[in-house]
Amino acid sequence: MRNVFLFIRRYHTFLLFLLLQVLCWWFLASFNRFHQARFLGVAQELTGSINQRYDRVEDFFQLRAENERVHGMNDSLLNQLSENSLLVDTQQQVRQEIGTDSLKTLRRYVYRSATVIYNSINEEKNYFQIDRGAEEGIRENMAVLNSDGSAVGVIVMVSPHFAQAMSLLHVQQRVNASLKKTGDFGTLEWDGAHPDQLLLKGIPKSLFLKIGDTVVTSSYSFNFPPGKILGKVSALSTDKRTNFHIIEVKPAANFRNLQQVFVVENLQLEEQLNLNRESRKRIEDPKSRRP
Amino acid sequence: MSSFFRYFFRALVLIAIQVYLLNKVPHLHRLVVPSLYFVFVLWLPFSLSRTALLIQAFLLGLTVDYFLLTPGLHAAACVLIAFLRPYLITLLMPRETQEFQYPEPSPRAMQWAPYSVYVLFLSFVHHFYLTFLQWLSVGTFWSFIGKTLLGTVISFLLILTADLLFPRQQSYRTNTA
Repeated sequence: MRNVFLFIRRYHTFLLFLLLQVLCWWFLASFNRFHQARFLGVAQELTGSINQRYDRVEDFFQLRAENERVHGMNDSLLNQLSENSLLVDTQQQVRQEIGTDSLKTLRRYVYRSATVIYNSINEEKNYFQIDRGAEEGIRENMAVLNSDGSAVGVIVMVSPHFAQAMSLLHVQQRVNASLKKTGDFGTLEWDGAHPDQLLLKGIPKSLFLKIGDTVVTSSYSFNFPPGKILGKVSALSTDKRTNFHIIEVKPAANFRNLQQVFVVENLQLEEQLNLNRESRKRIEDPKSRRP
Repeated sequence: MSSFFRYFFRALVLIAIQVYLLNKVPHLHRLVVPSLYFVFVLWLPFSLSRTALLIQAFLLGLTVDYFLLTPGLHAAACVLIAFLRPYLITLLMPRETQEFQYPEPSPRAMQWAPYSVYVLFLSFVHHFYLTFLQWLSVGTFWSFIGKTLLGTVISFLLILTADLLFPRQQSYRTNTA
């Protein structure tokens, strides 16, 4: 026993070094794999409030670009007002009101506005922080849209007053995307190389594509509302080894000046995921299979 | 007590510069990520014990990590350079702690050539380990090499510039003091 104590005393610096290194690796592993670090909740409240102060200054320099985006968004919404169109029959009016208004059970998506208070684009795994958290109804897996309606990320971590989102510029991000023209769907990824270059995978060579085609969120996505713009095809080549196109997509959102964003909640997300899980269980579990 | 506040203030300023300036400016190239915050570990006094050195480096790295949303990454690299620092100082300036005439490493205390080697080596170790940990999860070999070397060069230049611009006022220690 005495030798053990002597050993610890002799090498206590090296042992402390090893201990701290293991602690660091543990933080790193638990954060990257499950997007959940211990203590991050508390630390996030502190760094979040400092980031928020800094962001107030920084936002000043991006107001013009932000105004243009919001104005464009308003423009598109004004065009959807019901008084723009002449009523032909009365039933249409009733149908429209039921579809969009008052009956909450029919509503699928809820939008909440938030401000981006920290953002990075320089790493392979980019996250951003917003100033709304669990107390304002933000939950994990909600989609985040820019102020002009283009998709920018997914919420991965929530503390009481702040939330953290995984940007589209994250090598582990996979978004269900489809081509606006034909509706064919693939997966939008990022290879970590350039922030103006996303990759659309899984589009077969048989499909005819052009540079400039619009890529939108697919209607098969559980968290993103369908038809939100992701970007435009910027370069196109064919992979000789596989049956798929190699498609580079220029993202619609400018990740360098994210400011005001919308967090989108899919009210039926839980139900959809549950259905998916249950049906998989029923079909794949040999015991419950019907004769 | 005043020295405690000086170091605390220095850490705050370095973290603010790192998080809100160096990580915000549009980068020259995607491989070049300027970092300066770890100069705090390089500038800690000679007289500090190794244990205190390790713990201060860990806390510094972890604070930067929580701002940059990468828990553990910078802390690991900081702890490594804090561990190597005393060995390197002994190698470059073989003498007893009491014989140091200046309280902390600086060009004046160590002469320019040994100080440059000291900064270059520790920046290289810092960037090598940092990029290595990132490379474990994602990235190609060439981006790993490029990031390590370019990051080291940029940090080296930044630190020497900081030394030239802000020569730390240090009292010359004599035996009578």
